[in-house]
Amino acid sequence: MHRTGDLYGHFQTLEQQKETATLGMWIFLVTEVLFFGGLFLTYTINRSAFSTAFGIGSNTLDITLGAGNTVVLIMSSLTMAMAVWSAQVGKKKLVSIFLIATLGLGTVFLGVKAVEYKQKFDHHLIPGHGFDMKYHPAHPMARDDLKELALEKKEVDEAFAVDPDINFHGQLYFSLYFGMTGLHALHMIVGVGLLIWLITGSFAGRFTPQYNTPVEIVGLYWHFVDIVWIYLFPLLYLIDRHR
Amino acid sequence: MSNTPLTPDLELPDEHYLNATYGSGIRSWLLTTDHKRIALLYLASVTVFFFIGGVLATMIRIHLLTPGGALVTPETYNKLFTMHGVAMIFFFLIPSIPAVFGNFLIPLMIGAKDLAFPKINLLSWYIYLIGGGFVLYSFSTGGLDTGWTFYTPLSSVYSNSAVTPAVIGIFINGFSSILTGLNFIVTIHTMRAPGMTWFRLPLFAWAHYATSLVMILGTPVVAITLLLAGLERMFHLGFFNPALGGDPILFQHLFWFYSHPAVYIMILPAMGVVSEIIPTFARKPIFGYSFIAGSSIAIAVIGFLVWAHHMFVTGESTYAALTFSFLSYLVAIPSAVKVFNWTSTLYKGSISWDPPMVYALGFIGLFVIGGLTGLFLACLGLDIHIHDTYFVVAHFHYIMVGGAVMGYVGGLHFWWPKITGRLYPKSLSQFAAIILFVGFNLTFFPQFILGYLGMPRRYHTYPPEFQVLNVLSTAGASILALGYLLPMSYLIWSMRYGKVAGPNPWPATGLEWKTDSPPLTENFHVTPEVTWEPYDFQNRPDLGLAAGARPLAPAHGDD
Repeated sequence: MHRTGDLYGHFQTLEQQKETATLGMWIFLVTEVLFFGGLFLTYTINRSAFSTAFGIGSNTLDITLGAGNTVVLIMSSLTMAMAVWSAQVGKKKLVSIFLIATLGLGTVFLGVKAVEYKQKFDHHLIPGHGFDMKYHPAHPMARDDLKELALEKKEVDEAFAVDPDINFHGQLYFSLYFGMTGLHALHMIVGVGLLIWLITGSFAGRFTPQYNTPVEIVGLYWHFVDIVWIYLFPLLYLIDRHR
Repeated sequence: MSNTPLTPDLELPDEHYLNATYGSGIRSWLLTTDHKRIALLYLASVTVFFFIGGVLATMIRIHLLTPGGALVTPETYNKLFTMHGVAMIFFFLIPSIPAVFGNFLIPLMIGAKDLAFPKINLLSWYIYLIGGGFVLYSFSTGGLDTGWTFYTPLSSVYSNSAVTPAVIGIFINGFSSILTGLNFIVTIHTMRAPGMTWFRLPLFAWAHYATSLVMILGTPVVAITLLLAGLERMFHLGFFNPALGGDPILFQHLFWFYSHPAVYIMILPAMGVVSEIIPTFARKPIFGYSFIAGSSIAIAVIGFLVWAHHMFVTGESTYAALTFSFLSYLVAIPSAVKVFNWTSTLYKGSISWDPPMVYALGFIGLFVIGGLTGLFLACLGLDIHIHDTYFVVAHFHYIMVGGAVMGYVGGLHFWWPKITGRLYPKSLSQFAAIILFVGFNLTFFPQFILGYLGMPRRYHTYPPEFQVLNVLSTAGASILALGYLLPMSYLIWSMRYGKVAGPNPWPATGLEWKTDSPPLTENFHVTPEVTWEPYDFQNRPDLGLAAGARPLAPAHGDD
């Protein structure tokens, strides 16, 4: 496949090439919607079947970290949009700056996510043989709010009295929590890789008002990954939050 | 044939995609981004899986020669039909026509130099290989006994066979299908030559557009579903395991949400092939072009709304069952539209019995039987009687083998001169088509009767009164095998010794016939401009047909 400047040989014009790449990314995102869709459906059905266990699960999540991360991600969408705009109007320096800002915010998000996963690990809330919803209320950690924990203990005990299988259903919640946020985080990691690729291109001055398709389609991808989180945050953290 | 004017012997073009000099030897194939070479890579690899699936099918049929089972243990029998299904569906039928002919032809048919994303096209082949590798690993280290449907919790908890690598393999392979579909849709949208409007597209391209819609919308769902089932097996999670609070019916819904439309991934491209062959050998514009095009899209859309007819007896509400039954009947309408339009095209046509035409006519006959028996199965009351019997097995083999594979082999005969630049022996290939048709019917028609009499599918044994029909079926299978081995041998023979075909041997009206056979790497010497309507033989002096004259010099001359 030969290539003249930015134009690949099987296209007639740069416009055609850009239209093709953009449409390709949109269709890829359609497949992503369906890919995540299977998980969202599984979540919805189990949420309605086991609302008590899912409610308790929601309450164990750290809403401050979750909300903070949401803000971080929305900010990163803004900087990404600014990077695309800068490329379109030919402000080469700004492209690099905004791409690096996006990369930074994305990395912060992933770091916070790692902290949250670590907490769940400490609290024995990783699905598997060690999973126990009673563990954390009975084993407070250094910085835990004891009053809060007493409430959680009461709630878990009540739930166990009604439904002895609550640990299974709680595991379902956390399987889905790790499945959905994990898949999302995987997409973030791919996005970070793409950003690094863009930043090297940007340092080389590749993006001009005539040719900036890579920035634009990575932008589409990045916004999509953000939107997934915009749905995940209320579904996992907010529904049934009662403390 | 002495009444045809003598034509000078044709010669292959000096330079074409097969001998093009970029890189050397094997590298120029493994790193190619030429859609035509990638199509041939796919052709080779789907043939390997067809062989594996075929050998397994042969073992099944030999085993069923006697009521007690003639060949293998019950456990092995479970593995035979499972691996037959997995190899044939995921690694032969789904990629067959799209990845081989779609890849080869769509850019040629729309006048483009390549698909929109040539590197992604190559990537999809490698993904197919990696997925196939995992599945072969599963086959050879314990096999697979869950049925191709992977129903949970059998697949996720109880099966002792190598489910995990198989699930990983099919998950990976799904992305090959997604990327192929994505490539086709974008290509058809943005890469058409000047003058190639939507309603001048060949019906093959319309069929592939519809197929690609199913690929991009359905495949991600089965991917995530199998991923969840795999995670459930690996980490003892409970999404679909009732013992842990999960819902096995949910798995079935998600699985069939893809796997029913997947049937249309197999049959729609075959319908596209037939829509190309019929007008060519009836020498007539296709009847109802826009209806055939629209019916492809309709089948793809309605096909997404019928999945739960696989679950009439596994637990869903009566109203849901009624709705899905009604919607399943609805699919018959666009399917019938196609059959009627093909038949109307034949009416008063100037029909020649070239080998592709024999396959296409065989397709219509078998598809009609397969389609009509589908209506039996969509009927709620009747389905309870024939559910999970050989009636179902016969029905879907009529669609998938009688339909999809017949279309595939027909397409192979139709475009072989374009792919290789050479023709194959005519009488032998007509004979092979008839063998295929007879063998197929003998194999699968008895299974309709067996199913109606109550023989359940997937059993390694059966009562003695069913033996006659089973022996007939096995006998048919051996004829069928000949029907596949014959084309395989003479097509390979023709690559070296076949008569040179020339650019348009039939002649056909599509853009792909306006370039060399085999074509250049860039497909056309100059970007073509389309000024004619599709399947129009009258206003095409370039086809070498005198107006109204018939019959034409047969492509094969005297043989």
